[in-house]
Amino acid sequence: MIAILDYGSGNLRSAERAFATSGHDVVVTADRKVALEATGLVIPGVGAFAACMSGLKSVAGDEIARERVALGRPTLGICIGMQILFESGLEHAENGAHQGVGIWSGMVKKLNSPILPHMGWNTVSTTPGSTIFAGVENESFYFVHSYAATAPVGQYQAWSEYGEPFLAAVEDGALTATQFHPEKSGNAGLKLISNWSKSL
Amino acid sequence: MTLASRVIACLDVTEGRVVKGVNFTDLVDAGDPVEMAKVYNLEGVDELTFLDISASNMNRSTTLDVVARTAEQVFIPLTVGGGIRSVADVNNLLRAGADKISINTAAITRPELISEIVDRFGSQVLVLSVDARRANTPSGFEVTTHGGRESAGLDALAWVEKACALGVGEILLNSMDADGTRAGYDIGMIKAVRQVANVPLIASGGAGTLSDFAAALDAGADALLAASVFHFGIHRIGDVKRYLSQQGYSVRTSALT
Repeated sequence: MIAILDYGSGNLRSAERAFATSGHDVVVTADRKVALEATGLVIPGVGAFAACMSGLKSVAGDEIARERVALGRPTLGICIGMQILFESGLEHAENGAHQGVGIWSGMVKKLNSPILPHMGWNTVSTTPGSTIFAGVENESFYFVHSYAATAPVGQYQAWSEYGEPFLAAVEDGALTATQFHPEKSGNAGLKLISNWSKSL
Repeated sequence: MTLASRVIACLDVTEGRVVKGVNFTDLVDAGDPVEMAKVYNLEGVDELTFLDISASNMNRSTTLDVVARTAEQVFIPLTVGGGIRSVADVNNLLRAGADKISINTAAITRPELISEIVDRFGSQVLVLSVDARRANTPSGFEVTTHGGRESAGLDALAWVEKACALGVGEILLNSMDADGTRAGYDIGMIKAVRQVANVPLIASGGAGTLSDFAAALDAGADALLAASVFHFGIHRIGDVKRYLSQQGYSVRTSALT
C-alpha cells in the first residue's frame, strides 16, 4: 500500500490517481501509524517552504520521514516535499533560513533567473544507475518552483537547468525525491511513478 | 537542457459542456470536456485551461465535477478560470483537482485578492488573466472587462507590474483586438508586457498560422494559448509543436504520437 501524506497541501486527488495507476492500493492520510507503516510513503507539496514545514510538523511528518529513512522504508518527496528534506530553505526568509527536516545537508535557494517560477516542461540530465528514470531517461517533466537545491546529496543525482544547474532528482537508499511533479508529467511521469512503485 | 515553450489548449465550459463547437471526428462526445482533455493530452498538449463561463453558482458546481473527472484521468497541468472571487473559490477548485487558477475581474475590483491567494496557496497556483487592447494610455495598452467591451480604467503595463509585485505566478495576456481574428498574436503588446513581467508570460488571442506561434515566442512569450484553431482542427497540437521544433524552438516533442 502506498500512502500519500496529507498535511494540508492543496491538490492530492490527482496524485492519488496517478499513483493508483501503478496497481498499488493508495491512501491519502494524515495518520501517523498508516504513514509510518505503508510500503511506500509519498510526501507531496505545493506552496512555500515555511508553510509546508509548518503543515508537515502539524502531522508529525518530519518525524515520520526521519523514522522511515532510519528503518529503510521507501519514501518519495515531490517538489516542496523534496525541498523540505534538506537542512534549510531561503524562501521568504527575510529573518534567516527556515529549518527543514534535515535528512540531507545543504540549503534550498532561489534560482538565479530573471523570470520565476521555473514553470513548465524541462529535460533532466540522467546517468546510468537510476531506478526511477529507467525508460524515461530522455523525457521532459513538469516543473513549477522558484527555489531548488544546487549541491549534490545522496547516492544518485539527476540535474536540470534553469538559470543555473539544480538537483532535479535524488535517489539515496530508501529515500527518493523529485523537484518536478511526476503526477503532472503525463506518460513519462506515470512511468517514473511505476518505476518507483515496482521498487517497493 | 532548456525549458520547453508550452502549447496550451483552452476550452470554454458551461454546465459541464464545452461551449464552442469542436470538429474532432474521432470523439464520441465532442461536447464533453473530459473527452476533449484526453484527446489534447494524447496529441501532446503541455497544459489545459478550462474557462468557466457559467452564469450561475449552480452551474459552477458542475464545473467542479468536470475538473475532478479531468484531473483523475489526465495527468498534465490543469488551469481553471472564470468567476473566481475568493480564497474559498480557489480552495474548492484546487481540492477538485485544478493545479492553477486564473483570476481576472475580481483582481481588478479588489487587488488584495492576489495577496490573499498567494499567501495561502503560493504564487505558483495563480495566473493573472489580463484582457488588454490598444488604447490611449501611458503604455498604449489598457485593461478591459466584460470580454473587451468595457475599459477597466487601468494601464495594462502598470497593472501587470503591480500584479507581479503582489505575487502572481504567471500572466495570461489576452489581446482583445486580436482575439478571434486568427490574424496573429499582438506582437507589440507581448513585447511591451515582457519588459515589465518577471513571471512566465502566456500569449493568447489571434493565433492563426503556424508562424504566428513562433512570432509570439520571438516577442518573449513563454507559452502559447489557443482555442479555436485547435477546436476547429485548423492546426493540431502536434502540427504546431513539430513546426516550432523544426524552426529551432525548444518544445516537448516526446509526447507526440
